[in-house]
Amino acid sequence: MKNKTLLILILLFFAFCFVVFLKGLKTSNIYIPETTLNKDLAVFASKDFFTGDQISFDEIFVNSEFYILNIWASWCLPCKKEHKFLMQLSKNKSIKLIGLNYKDKRKNAQKFIGKLGNPYSAIFTDEDGTISIKLGAYGIPETYVIDKNRKIIKKIIGPLNKKLLKEVSLIIR
Amino acid sequence: MLASQIGYYSLIIGLFFSILIIPISIINLNNTKIIDIKIFHISFLQLLFVFISFGGLVISFVNSDFSNETVYSNSHTTKPLFYKISGTWGNHEGSLLLWLMILTLFIFLFLIKTKNQPKKYRILTLLFQQTIIIGFFLFVLTTSNPFNYLLPIPNEGLGLNPILQDPALAIHPPILYLGYVGSSIIFSGSLAGLVHGYISREWAKHIKAWILASWIFLTIGIMLGSIWAYYELGWGGFWFWDPVENISLMPWLCLTALLHCILVLEKKESLVSWTVILSIATFTLSMCGTFLVRSGILNSIHTFANDPSRGIFILTFLFILVIMSLVIFFLFSKDENKKNKKTYFLSKEISILINNWFIMYFLSVVLIGTVYPIFLEVLTDEKISIGPPFFNKLIIPFLIIFLIFMSIGPNLHWVKFKALKIKLEFFILFIISILISFLILKSAGSKNLVNSLLISTSFYLLFITIKDFFAKDFFNYSQKLSHFGFSLLVLSILLNSIFSSEVITNLRVGENIVFKNEIIYFDSTEKKDNINYKSIIGNFRIEDNKKNSTYLKPELRVYNQPVTITSEADIKTSLFSDKFLVMNLVKGNDYFNVRYQVKPFMIWIWLSVLIMSTGGILSFYKRKYEK
Repeated sequence: MKNKTLLILILLFFAFCFVVFLKGLKTSNIYIPETTLNKDLAVFASKDFFTGDQISFDEIFVNSEFYILNIWASWCLPCKKEHKFLMQLSKNKSIKLIGLNYKDKRKNAQKFIGKLGNPYSAIFTDEDGTISIKLGAYGIPETYVIDKNRKIIKKIIGPLNKKLLKEVSLIIR
Repeated sequence: MLASQIGYYSLIIGLFFSILIIPISIINLNNTKIIDIKIFHISFLQLLFVFISFGGLVISFVNSDFSNETVYSNSHTTKPLFYKISGTWGNHEGSLLLWLMILTLFIFLFLIKTKNQPKKYRILTLLFQQTIIIGFFLFVLTTSNPFNYLLPIPNEGLGLNPILQDPALAIHPPILYLGYVGSSIIFSGSLAGLVHGYISREWAKHIKAWILASWIFLTIGIMLGSIWAYYELGWGGFWFWDPVENISLMPWLCLTALLHCILVLEKKESLVSWTVILSIATFTLSMCGTFLVRSGILNSIHTFANDPSRGIFILTFLFILVIMSLVIFFLFSKDENKKNKKTYFLSKEISILINNWFIMYFLSVVLIGTVYPIFLEVLTDEKISIGPPFFNKLIIPFLIIFLIFMSIGPNLHWVKFKALKIKLEFFILFIISILISFLILKSAGSKNLVNSLLISTSFYLLFITIKDFFAKDFFNYSQKLSHFGFSLLVLSILLNSIFSSEVITNLRVGENIVFKNEIIYFDSTEKKDNINYKSIIGNFRIEDNKKNSTYLKPELRVYNQPVTITSEADIKTSLFSDKFLVMNLVKGNDYFNVRYQVKPFMIWIWLSVLIMSTGGILSFYKRKYEK
């Protein structure tokens, strides 16, 4: 009898640990270096993805409350996964979603957009990856939330997911 | 491409065989007197296919086959061959495959090495072990498949994190895993022994070999990790109470307690339940380590997998194992028979029990220090970080008493209470140790009571173990060697922390700085191009007051894939002290940030750990000799 209560107590204790760990897993732990936040977005110019014409930073980053800059490539598997979230974001009228195509083959990238849909209102090309370095990107995919003063207010390293999408929509509300 | 295809399919075939073993062994459990030869064959096939699968991944890495996602994200064509191979387990997916391979290897070894053990016990162990193996198979295949396919095939990989490109780190994971996985055999063996009612002297004798082997691997594995941290991270230390370091320390502590406890079981057939609990705890802690490292629940240099679904899988699996073992423990554990229960206060088993309590105390300090931040964040939403002061404060005072018991304990006898002859030499040695520690602290100008107590007690242990080497009964020299190593370890860590000194400053080429009785000259810099990185080398000259010069050449490396800057410290090791110099760029300036440290007795820390593990290895020879 005493043994049984002991067993139940121990099991309850472990169940408690289990729940705590499970909840601990769900709290986001992605570390964002604070120095990259609240900084001005680096100014750049590049070719337009569709027309191939040179377009400037000032032409694109105008007339919106918020901008979201997303670095992507057709060869990047996580980009494929996060694409549906970008499509959702593109429905939001208060933001301008801008893509930066990273070290990609034009044909593959166009196929990618054609198949999965184009969420971007404009796409820059970053043929040699220098723009991404200028932006301080860690890797792709990477997403920046930028306010109307062109300051970075959030940087998301890695693919978007449901939770991050919610966070973003809270910021731009 | 072909290699990773083969790897993937042989992994699936391996899973098929590991499931197949279960029905066959259940049938075999009651039918015949001997183990069905089929079980050996299937267990071998399981090992073979996992081995092929691992080989497939290694070949993909060697050939830089970027159609494989794991290779793509962790390798690069310009990487040296050695690191291409070690890159196989330098990532989450590959390291799990390695873990799986060692699991299947160990169960096969267990089957062929335990011919003298009861059949039922062997089959039950196999069944428990297969549960673990299948769990890991599913984990690898569902959440961390190392053979994911990429299309279009990228031209170039993303590269292995440069700080992982280090020889000590290349062999650190496999050795640590041998230790971790060895504890899985202890876990399955103790559960099987419990169910079969076989926890006895014979069992203790046979499982001791596995405990020793895992202990040796774990000890060396932890040491290699610590060497890597010292040379590569450039923080100028060897142990940081980082969560991941703690996680490897916890099973080690548990295993050390078990190693002592199993001796009592072997000699006296008592402490049965305690041994089983320790065996379960050791493996649970190893698994817990995997969970905490792999799930990204902790923030640490080691968390390279940040995928909650993996975390949930390991967490669930871990708790299933815990609950299973608890239920088995409560169902099958018997009350220990009370005969020959009479123990005397000053006997060996009591001193081992005291040793166990202390180790359990250290273990709980480390455990609480590691998981407390997680609990606090979940329960109260508050973030804290627990650092070295917490561990030092809670561990050091008890270490003093622990060391005293450690000096006396091994000299006591089993069961018998021989009126402990108060020997003169014990006192003389004690007084000598106090005198030495007094002299040492005086020369350092420190007046810390705790430090002086620690130094005297560790010197005391050192002297006692040295004295024991010359004792007439040249018996149990493995234990003596290990204890000697441990006292040397404590001593060198202490002296190292008391006498370390450092200077941090900004220097330009041509400048110098005076530090204690040495002058540091910054002579020049040179640039070098290597295959996968460019480097700036600083030429430093350190001159002491006798005009002896030491040259140090720290490096700044700029790796191209992924673009990372690392600073390689240059370390000149001598028998009594290490000179450590590391430099960093100061932005927009021609100054370099220079940190110079003098760390005495560094090499003794590694040496003493090696001595400790040599003691463990020697004990295998002793076992043969005893037979």
